[in-house]
Amino acid sequence: MQKFISLKSIPTYLPIVNIDTDMIIPKQFLKTIKRTGLGKNLFFELRYDEKGKEISDFILNKKPFCNSNILITGKNFGCGSSREHAPWALLDFGITCIISSSYADIFYNNCFKNGILPIVLNEDKIKEISEYSNRKEEISVNLVDQKIIYGNNEISFEIDPFKKKCLLEGLDDIALSLEKSDKIKSFENKVKNQRPWIFND
Amino acid sequence: MPHTLYDKIWNDHLVHEQDDGTALLFVDRHLIHEVTSPQAFEGLRNSNRKVRQPSLTLAVADHNVPTTDRSKGISDQESKIQVETLEANCKEFGIKLFGMNDKRQGIVHVTGPEQGFTQPGTVIVCGDSHTATHGAFGSLAFGIGTSEVEHVLATQTLVQKKAKNFRINVNGKLPLGVTSKDVILQIIGKIGTAGGTGCVIEYAGDLIRSLSVEQRMTICNMTIEGGARAGLIEPDEKIFNYLKGRPMSPKGSTWDRAVEVWSNLNSDDGSHFDKEVSLTAEEIIPMVTWGTSPQDVITIEGKVPNPNTEKDLDKKSSIERSLKYMGLKPDTLAKDIKIDKVFIGSCTNGRIEDLREAAKILKNKKKASHVHAMVVPGSGLVKQQAEQEGLDKIFINSGFEWREPGCSMCLAMNADKLKPEERCASTSNRNFEGRQGRGGRTHLVSPGMAAAAAIAGNLDDVRKYQN
Repeated sequence: MQKFISLKSIPTYLPIVNIDTDMIIPKQFLKTIKRTGLGKNLFFELRYDEKGKEISDFILNKKPFCNSNILITGKNFGCGSSREHAPWALLDFGITCIISSSYADIFYNNCFKNGILPIVLNEDKIKEISEYSNRKEEISVNLVDQKIIYGNNEISFEIDPFKKKCLLEGLDDIALSLEKSDKIKSFENKVKNQRPWIFND
Repeated sequence: MPHTLYDKIWNDHLVHEQDDGTALLFVDRHLIHEVTSPQAFEGLRNSNRKVRQPSLTLAVADHNVPTTDRSKGISDQESKIQVETLEANCKEFGIKLFGMNDKRQGIVHVTGPEQGFTQPGTVIVCGDSHTATHGAFGSLAFGIGTSEVEHVLATQTLVQKKAKNFRINVNGKLPLGVTSKDVILQIIGKIGTAGGTGCVIEYAGDLIRSLSVEQRMTICNMTIEGGARAGLIEPDEKIFNYLKGRPMSPKGSTWDRAVEVWSNLNSDDGSHFDKEVSLTAEEIIPMVTWGTSPQDVITIEGKVPNPNTEKDLDKKSSIERSLKYMGLKPDTLAKDIKIDKVFIGSCTNGRIEDLREAAKILKNKKKASHVHAMVVPGSGLVKQQAEQEGLDKIFINSGFEWREPGCSMCLAMNADKLKPEERCASTSNRNFEGRQGRGGRTHLVSPGMAAAAAIAGNLDDVRKYQN
């Protein structure tokens, strides 16, 4: 997994609440057997018309936002389907940081498995930072210090320490869990004794 | 200290816990399908890892399969590759698979319970948000992403943090024609689509206890539409009777031991819930959604909201956006909404009791001539059972198409989809923009309400059609 340490970018502001993962990446693109290549279809129905032509006034189709690495968005972002194709599409497009007042649980977890930092801020601060999108000015995100720097201001954000460590170091959590193989093994033995019906073999 | 059912299952599955509360949780049951698993197997191959416990994973192709004649295979090349990739991966890693032509094939959340793979007190995961369905059996069941699917395959565990306890009590008796679908739609309307975020919901109360196993599955299934990853219900005799004798259920003396353990799965008196909401069953009437979020519910007697009466600006613009997408005028009566299509099926309402409920309304009646209607059974076994009961004849005589099992138009990954601006009364679970096809307009309803809509040609009150 790629590391996330810090980032500087003009943010894109998409003020829609309850953006679901169907909207982030519609089902016809879930037929892939790869993780890559989904960026061109991110927000497909908002970005392209029925004939597949770019909708010119949609923010991510406009400069400089088409090169943005930060997405500021309405509350409950990523609700609905568990599809990890949603963070894959964001990542492939170049978005590695999201700022919202809340996220759906599955999407939130999926971000961390892909080197994407989802930041939670209150609505007032989001409105304040979104001005930098309107003015096309850069903001900075620093995960080490847990800070967003915009103009002469800065604001701290909260993040789970373990999730932070994994992002900063780009850790493979399967490898981390496999280090506990002995514990898993003895747990399995306990299950075989106490709940023998769990193992079908 | 008294514990909730969720606390107990959590504690029973803790392999390891860090000081910060990050836990490694053992997974008893893992379901996979063709859409969210290929990249997980690819990841295993790339890092030269094995599947740790192949017997604890069960695979079935459901999202992409055609619901029409399957004898010639899948015509869509990409869908075909995905289904074939699942077959190849299961073969390579030694995982049991119900292939497209197996009678047991069906939607993963219909097949799991049907086979007895789903069991009380277990941790069940699947790369699909509707995994919450299995919570009806008193299991901790939730949807995961593909990276987590890979993690489960490699380690038989998941890295998790404990969620909050949220209890929803429903007491009383449901009026005639009102179903568990109406109960869960009412709940989502009440708590909102993010109301359960960060929580595991336990459904309790005498109404919940009075529900059949399949009705409970409908409720738990849509828990994710209220923002919670998992919803569960205390298991009881109904659950044990349902599971007894199923192919993957425990047998002989092991069965007796299992029932003994399962009988202790409940929330202790005085256990702590971080959040609690109560509903009265008698006050619930048939529900429909009008907008593009499952929280956009009204009763069949109600009308579509008017954004001008909404003071909150975010909510106002959200209503305006939904009305525009749905092609609806403010204050339109629910019963005046004309429909083009009816879809009966999905992991929410594609089981035998759902089909019986719809067939009861449709018996000796015809669908409206302008409506295109289809029934997609949740599994091959549901289809077979329905045919034995003659339900297929009732649907066909009413003018419905009788299809092969799969996810179908619930998410429209296969050929079953709405055209732009087509309006559908659907027994599925999501009315998101484009969910059933680009520009398609979805109204979520119960199976009986879908049948009533097919007959009337517009959304209508199922209570008028009780045979």
